[in-house]
Amino acid sequence: MSRAQLEELQLRRLRTVLARVHGNVETYRRKFDEAGLAPASVSSLEDLEAVPFTVKDDLRAAYPYGMFAAPLHDIVRVHSSSGTTGQITVVGYTANDISNWADLMARTIACAGGTADDVVQVTYGYGLFTGGLGVHYGSERLGAVTVPISGGMTKRQVQVMRDFGTTILACTPSYALLLAETAGEMGVDVRSLPLRAGIFGAEPWSENMRRQIERALDVKAIDIYGLSEVLGPGVASECLEQDGLHVNEDHFLIEIVDPETLEPVPDGERGEVVFTTLTKEGIPVIRYRTRDISRIVPGECPCGRTFRRMERVTGRTDDMLIVRGVNVFPSQIEQVLAGIPGVAPHYQVILSKRGAMDHVEVHVEVVPDTDFDEIRELETLRRKVASEIQAALAVNLDVKLVEPKSIERSQGKAKRVVDARSEQGGV
Amino acid sequence: MVEQVSVFLENEPGHLAELTRALAAAGINMRALVVADTAEFGVVRIICDRPRAAKEALEASGFGVTLTRVLAVQMPDRPGGLAQVVGVLSDAGVNIEYMYAFVEPGADAAVDIVRVDDPKRAAEALEDAGVRCLRAEDLYATEDAGSS
Repeated sequence: MSRAQLEELQLRRLRTVLARVHGNVETYRRKFDEAGLAPASVSSLEDLEAVPFTVKDDLRAAYPYGMFAAPLHDIVRVHSSSGTTGQITVVGYTANDISNWADLMARTIACAGGTADDVVQVTYGYGLFTGGLGVHYGSERLGAVTVPISGGMTKRQVQVMRDFGTTILACTPSYALLLAETAGEMGVDVRSLPLRAGIFGAEPWSENMRRQIERALDVKAIDIYGLSEVLGPGVASECLEQDGLHVNEDHFLIEIVDPETLEPVPDGERGEVVFTTLTKEGIPVIRYRTRDISRIVPGECPCGRTFRRMERVTGRTDDMLIVRGVNVFPSQIEQVLAGIPGVAPHYQVILSKRGAMDHVEVHVEVVPDTDFDEIRELETLRRKVASEIQAALAVNLDVKLVEPKSIERSQGKAKRVVDARSEQGGV
Repeated sequence: MVEQVSVFLENEPGHLAELTRALAAAGINMRALVVADTAEFGVVRIICDRPRAAKEALEASGFGVTLTRVLAVQMPDRPGGLAQVVGVLSDAGVNIEYMYAFVEPGADAAVDIVRVDDPKRAAEALEDAGVRCLRAEDLYATEDAGSS
């Protein structure tokens, strides 16, 4: 498909989706009307710049079904964002959406060199998280042998990988390294197995980590991208060239904007990634601000695919951390600490590498009038902080109690996150 | 009963050194120091001549400090001395939370520092058994004369 043909298709689909959300979703109708925008007046892709942005809070405010553009009668599946603290957002899929999603994920697996002859081990979690079922349907659509093992039970994962002859592994990059380590401990030589590619996503990773994974597992490690608000996995994927992720532009319009001015930035410059879904029926999003930072990789890809590429996500415009696939906002930690007597609301999140895995440690100050002679009580306090963080954020973080007033006080914006990973050889 | 200085200490290089420097700068003389540590942190327990001054000095250096009242039991420095003390406490139904001992140089007695769940009952039981509990003055009498 030529660029002109693609743009014609995109425009046609854009006009349809704008009319759909304007007609069916109160939030969009209000936004468009306030902006004086009539969907029918959009006559070129450039006109998109006049369309208001959508943010996560719009989805939260509409919880659970307020942003759905199709009646529940037509919705066949819901997933939710990996968001936490009850602030989850629900996304709904029609049968068409599920089918398109399967096509896009089949495309993603094919991007990694996958065919109907492959055995795909789906180690992403199944459930409300989009990872597991997203890859699962795509793998089946491709005609590959699909192994729906989901997450956990690492030793069994290794056994299955060996016994079933897995050729493509789908999981988070940090889990891939854990699998390699575990295989080593079990005396399984993964490099001698038929495994040849991995499609890795759901958390940020570095080029350095890619090399580690490729060495440890003897695979091509492919970065995939997606988020539940836009679809789930399948929005963009690297090809075997491993130089940027091809955006599935027939289904998604990508824009890169300056996060401050919200003006578009030229190709090649970094900014916030904004997506508009072109084909989704259940919950289309229009100019959705992902908060992810990336850029368009200029030029054509030697693989022959003409869809433009986005660079791997290099950061966030907010302070969100992604820990083992779970979104963590440091402010959530502060909220938890504020409710626990005995600790000060002063804390620091220290990111480091422990072996292959990202390690997150929360340093929490004890208050000066604690009874410091009572080791048991201090231990209890530490466990309480850890369990309350686990309850609120759905992720288990190591908690370390630190001396009163030992965390640096800041006059301005407090430095809550210390990323020590790069000092240890990450990128 | 004597006052023990309990200090919260992160398991990090340099923290114990900083603690001892703060005490030295304040002219505190220590009789005993033990470190009880867990995987995550440590608690340093100190018997010294001026516990309140020690607490102030350590807090000024940013440490978390608690003064804890503990028993200082004088034991004859011979086999079976400790067994007798523990036996008395056990018979009185007193639970020992922790203990440590040091030998007074030049004396024929050891001092056993004990934290118990019921100090009053413990002190009475020890007294009834003829075991002497030291007061602060007993412990520091010689240091006060000799130090500073």
